[in-house]
Amino acid sequence: MNRNTGFIGWFLDPKRRGPLLIAPAIILLLLVNIVPLMWSLGLSFFKFRANQMKPPSFSWFYNYEKMLTKENIWESLQTTGIVVASSVFIQMILGFALAMLFAKKFPLRRIILMLVLTPMMLSYVAVGIFFKLFYEPEFGLLSQFIQIFTGEMYVLLATPAGALLGVIVADAWQWTPFVMLLSLAGLVSVPKYLYEAAEIDRISWWRQFTTITFPYVRSLLLLAVLFRTIETFKIFDLVYILTNGGPGTATETIAVLVYRMAFQYFRTSNSTALGYILIFIVIVLTSLYLYVIKKRESADI
Amino acid sequence: MRKRAIGEAGWGWTTMAAIVGFIYFFPVLFMILTAFRSRMDTLATPPKWFFSPTLENFYHIFYRSTAGSTEYFATGFHMYFFNSIYIAGVSVLLALIIGTLAAYGFSRYPLRGNDTYLFIILTTRMLPPIIVIIPIFLIFRLTGLAGSYTGIILLYTCFNLPFSIWMMKSFFDELNTEIEDAARMDGSSERSVFFGICIPQVKAGLAATSVFALILTWNEFLFALLLTGKGTRTMPNAMARTIGGEINVDYGLLAAMICFFLVPILLITYVLQNQLLRGVTFGTIKK
Repeated sequence: MNRNTGFIGWFLDPKRRGPLLIAPAIILLLLVNIVPLMWSLGLSFFKFRANQMKPPSFSWFYNYEKMLTKENIWESLQTTGIVVASSVFIQMILGFALAMLFAKKFPLRRIILMLVLTPMMLSYVAVGIFFKLFYEPEFGLLSQFIQIFTGEMYVLLATPAGALLGVIVADAWQWTPFVMLLSLAGLVSVPKYLYEAAEIDRISWWRQFTTITFPYVRSLLLLAVLFRTIETFKIFDLVYILTNGGPGTATETIAVLVYRMAFQYFRTSNSTALGYILIFIVIVLTSLYLYVIKKRESADI
Repeated sequence: MRKRAIGEAGWGWTTMAAIVGFIYFFPVLFMILTAFRSRMDTLATPPKWFFSPTLENFYHIFYRSTAGSTEYFATGFHMYFFNSIYIAGVSVLLALIIGTLAAYGFSRYPLRGNDTYLFIILTTRMLPPIIVIIPIFLIFRLTGLAGSYTGIILLYTCFNLPFSIWMMKSFFDELNTEIEDAARMDGSSERSVFFGICIPQVKAGLAATSVFALILTWNEFLFALLLTGKGTRTMPNAMARTIGGEINVDYGLLAAMICFFLVPILLITYVLQNQLLRGVTFGTIKK
């Protein structure tokens, strides 16, 4: 079969076909992702500011120590935690409710489903602009609606709690369709005969839900929580457009904090150290996510 | 196929779903209306639901006048449109070619530690982009790649690569390998097995992967914010700059910019509904 000899023949040996196919991808990812990340890992052990000419000086774990003890990262982690927990919670409740609605066949289903799924496909910037207009104190719909009762202009994004709420609502609106899509996949995978048998045995609606429906959607709901937790943990664009972290540091999520640290104050090596603390968290969450996927796939077979 | 528990419902259910769908879609609808309102109508209180639609916002995307003067000048926005399309197009094409080859490799010739490779590849995509960008920003500044097409296309290719690999692998995994083995027995070369048998079967997958990658790239904001210059600025970035300060934001103009992209988005959401789940989970969940 293989008529090539020498180097090309060695290269095209069937044994090396797998490595050869994946090589371009691996090389590109190494060059553009992994090597820069290793470089910033190195940098996190130095003192370095990108806007100064001073060469980096080695400082062991100084950056990490500083990040974990002196900085406001706990405050920022707390803010991120609140956004993640409340946004994902709203998404799960609303998403599952919407999925129950769309788990039936009815006329025009595809078109109506399109309307609900659209927010997920929009850019964060667009969603940010929608809600900025909605929250606008002078002519925004929210403020005008509240004016009917109070007679005063309502500036949602001016108070810390209000700004946080504004970000959470916008994020939840955009990503509820995601949870709906996963729940829907679970709901339509339940075999019909189970419900038929339950009908014959006159099992109550609630018992049908807990013993038949829920076991089928449980793993997908767990995946939805994990996936949205990872994604919301990184929330940046929406905050940048809506509040830019303000007022003060009220909506300064961890990604916004790293951005400010690295590109506004040029505390480069400090930000890389903080970055590595985050990378650790994301890797743990991602492995958990893939573990659940694996388990679900093997359970299906 | 097992019989699925998807019940039938009539027009009553449609009405209910339509009301819910309308409420959910309302912010988008309001934006569409805003795009066709004149500036005075946008600022009106209470909001004007009935107004004479105007295309001035769409015109102002490309040509604007400074306050008070009647002289119109080009805003350079056609450049940002072009940049977004060009950068997204080239990087998705590259990622698709490299990613499909790798996905085929991962699917058909598993290596020792295959899952570990795939895990690392997915992780590079899951990491917070802000952390990936810090070293890249420094490197691009050193090598002069910042603000160039090459730099941002290279970065977006890598950004799309994990997605393409996982998506395409999920499509290759679904194929029946018996057909391929039969073709090999008949003496087909590996190349003709790949191009003649596998690729035609995953055409729909290739289309779905490229469309999702295009949307992800078009929507991407942070990399573009930090690594594009005046000549390579993309749409989301140009929009964010249009917002600028807190006062006097021209929402009509922003709405018009969003509307440009809304039609393809709606179309894609409608046509690719069955692939959407796979697309938004990077191919990790098929159904």
